[in-house]
Amino acid sequence: MTATTATPATSKKSGVDYPLSDLKLDSKIPAGPLADKWTKHKFESKLVNPANKRKYTVLVVGSGLAGASAASSLAELGYNVHCFAYQDSPRRAHSIAAQGGINAAKNYQNDGDSVFRLFYDTIKGGDFRAREANVHRLAECSRQIIDQCVAQGVPFAREYGGQLANRSFGGAQVSRTFYARGQTGQQLLLGAYSSLNRQIEAGKVKMHNRTVMLDVVLVDGHAKGIVTRDLVTGKIEQWSGDAVLLCTGGYGNVFYLSTNAQGCNVTATYRAYKRGAAFANPCYTQIHPTCIPVHGDQQSKLTLMSESLRNDGRIWVPKKAEDCSKDPSTIPEADRDYYLERRYPAFGNLCPRDIASRAAKVVCDEGRGVGPAVGGERLGVYLDFGKAIADKGKADVEGKYGNLFDMYAKITDEDPYKTPMRIYPAVHYTMGGLWVDYNLMSNVPGLFVLGEANFSDHGANRLGASALMQGLCDGYFVIPSTVAQYLANEKPAKVTTDHAAFTESTEHVTGDIKRLLAIKGKRSPRSFHKALGNIMWDQCGMSRTSEGLKGAIKDIQALRGEFWENVAVTGDADSFNVNLDYAQRVSDFLEFGELMCLDAAHREESCGGHFREEFQTEEGEALRNDEEYAYVAGWLYRGADKTPALAKEPLVYENIKLAQRSYK
Amino acid sequence: MSASGEKLLNLTLQVWRQKTATDGHFETYQAKKISTEQSFLEMLDLVNEDLIAQGKEPIAFDHDCREGICGMCSLMINGEAHGPETGTTTCQLHMRHFKDGDEIVVEPWRARAFPVLRDLVVDRSAFDRIQQAGGYVSVNVGGAPDANAVPVSKKEADLAMDAAACIGCGACVAACPNASAMLYVGAKVSQFRHLPQGKPEAKQRALNMITRADKEGFGSCRNHFECEAACPKEIPRRVMAETFRDFTAAALTRED
Repeated sequence: MTATTATPATSKKSGVDYPLSDLKLDSKIPAGPLADKWTKHKFESKLVNPANKRKYTVLVVGSGLAGASAASSLAELGYNVHCFAYQDSPRRAHSIAAQGGINAAKNYQNDGDSVFRLFYDTIKGGDFRAREANVHRLAECSRQIIDQCVAQGVPFAREYGGQLANRSFGGAQVSRTFYARGQTGQQLLLGAYSSLNRQIEAGKVKMHNRTVMLDVVLVDGHAKGIVTRDLVTGKIEQWSGDAVLLCTGGYGNVFYLSTNAQGCNVTATYRAYKRGAAFANPCYTQIHPTCIPVHGDQQSKLTLMSESLRNDGRIWVPKKAEDCSKDPSTIPEADRDYYLERRYPAFGNLCPRDIASRAAKVVCDEGRGVGPAVGGERLGVYLDFGKAIADKGKADVEGKYGNLFDMYAKITDEDPYKTPMRIYPAVHYTMGGLWVDYNLMSNVPGLFVLGEANFSDHGANRLGASALMQGLCDGYFVIPSTVAQYLANEKPAKVTTDHAAFTESTEHVTGDIKRLLAIKGKRSPRSFHKALGNIMWDQCGMSRTSEGLKGAIKDIQALRGEFWENVAVTGDADSFNVNLDYAQRVSDFLEFGELMCLDAAHREESCGGHFREEFQTEEGEALRNDEEYAYVAGWLYRGADKTPALAKEPLVYENIKLAQRSYK
Repeated sequence: MSASGEKLLNLTLQVWRQKTATDGHFETYQAKKISTEQSFLEMLDLVNEDLIAQGKEPIAFDHDCREGICGMCSLMINGEAHGPETGTTTCQLHMRHFKDGDEIVVEPWRARAFPVLRDLVVDRSAFDRIQQAGGYVSVNVGGAPDANAVPVSKKEADLAMDAAACIGCGACVAACPNASAMLYVGAKVSQFRHLPQGKPEAKQRALNMITRADKEGFGSCRNHFECEAACPKEIPRRVMAETFRDFTAAALTRED
């Protein structure tokens, strides 16, 4: 599978060396017109007959929108499912924290929306680095998702006449976002969780909480099981299945500070990568423009303020740097710079996330940031509801955003109804992930990857309210068809856990744990994680340079060296050991961070969330290089001290013309 | 403005430590130079960093999103579930609500149905099993009618959403003298009974979920309403009245 006859290549400008792989990443995109591909593919895919489905077992790792929807849908069809979550309940997966909404091309507002428009907005929003066929399928399925969620009893916001309400999100000029107050992710996840519970009660899903996946087991090149650790007892366990689905979310916590939950990690996907799965576009990370600014160095997490706030909130900084320490209410209109409205009049405050984030960085770097200085810099801009409150009344604003305003007040001790919110960009989502084909299967047969954990639908920048759409699309509508296509060719229960591959994997996993416990160093896992986060944010964050990335790679290698000599892991392997669990996650981040920097250094262009300072237009916008980089970069592991090999999947655009994004 | 008003606190903590079923006890820790801008859990992070530096095992506590929505965090803080602030989870409780020199007692949820797993971590899987007894609309994927086919009045949708905001943290149980799970059960029953999709199964759902809660060892509701006061999402007590109504109707008309 990774038969790599490496041809060494050196990229001309950045000077990072990496071998090229001869592995062909075949996207398996069906032939035919774009709008017919999915329907045709479903018809042409093999089926597993109802009586045979019960002979197959599917292992689903993760219980967020993608995992819970996949596990329940497959169980409804008759498959036996095991589902694994690191939290104490599947309901706590981090999908629950999504606030603003979920897109769907329903055109309930009669404002010109269509499947093709959602498709086009998503491709353009992703800066032309996503696959046409996948994105079109996502747009098609978006409509069914809303129907399904309503049928489950998801309490979406309603108009007085009883119809579903919509609002607008960044990167779109139509109103297609469905929402449940500021808790849309929570309500959609609880919907999927309720379906999952119904299948658990029916005995079709066996749920394993407080369990982490530490390895994928390959037999004859196919994913046929996983090895897990029970976080309560420390027990290492083997699970065999006919297919493995990774639904384990993104890797934003490589930055230490992010809007992710504390437990979010790269462990499952990174360990699958070490077993041969290609990691695609790891440098594509999303920095969300509207988060509460950092307040100090003991902070453990950053809190998002929903993008929906940009429907009514106006973003500004003072025109003059000397006004930045003043009470904002004393700064007259004429002295305010509504920089998004100025630079992007067509989309204004609702331009896409990558653009809004970079624009905030630009004004703060100019010395026009607001709020208290942290580390000598004022890193914040105002998000002002003064005009919305004056025009529509406080009650209207409270009705739409009340819970978000409360959350802001709790964290900052400031009243956003009276004084503008202060916001700054923060790491939020990762577009990169394990490479998958049109069937959501990785290059390892039998290993499927869903939701944020895969790379497939958002290109180099994800539009708001599209993550919930993708997670549920993958789980409810795509995987039930595509997993059958794979299983139909596989004899059920081909492998059991007494196979030698399980023994090898278990020894590998327990060996790692023993190594960590034997170090008995002085420095805590958190301290290493923080140090890694600083390197990543400074050199692989909102803007990147060749020199900075090369330095970061060296710094990460040095930090990793120190980690394996000096990390303090207390306690033992056979108990509830939070410190051991954390150290394992950090050990994977310390390898993965280097892969991200390599990918960012190799991609000699700017696109979406990947902004290389060397490649920008005169106006400071991202400058793509379609001739050389219109491809998916799939990295293949070659061993601990070897540079990974690059396999390229060319991106073919048959239906839309590549263009420089314009939101002006 | 808070950001300019940052202060540093020195605190004494009495923390419940427990490794086996019978060795639970309090230990005293000093938390020094705690910023008023930090959250309660960030304060515990610092205490843990100190413990690790001394080669001791850190305090285990449940937490994840740290933005008040996942429901993973818990803690009885000075005898109050999620601490002194109303409508606030522990992860969103900031140290500005404490004073320099304060002594703070930190305990796990105490309820028979929530056994302690380690230190401040309890097993809340009984909550999942209550949902498994009926916390859903019995509908498979595929074949759902258009989402706008059945109108739902804004009033009913809002009542459903008020109940659906429950995060399943267990504060209601921890605060209740009877360790009753009725507010938690009621939140789900109420959400579905206000929506046309949930109506067909409404009465049976209430019966099944209450029966399961009893079986899991939660106490019965005696109208103390400590649950409502402790709930970080301010789920209203009316969800329990609605649930009892459905439960009674189901119990009186059951055919088995």
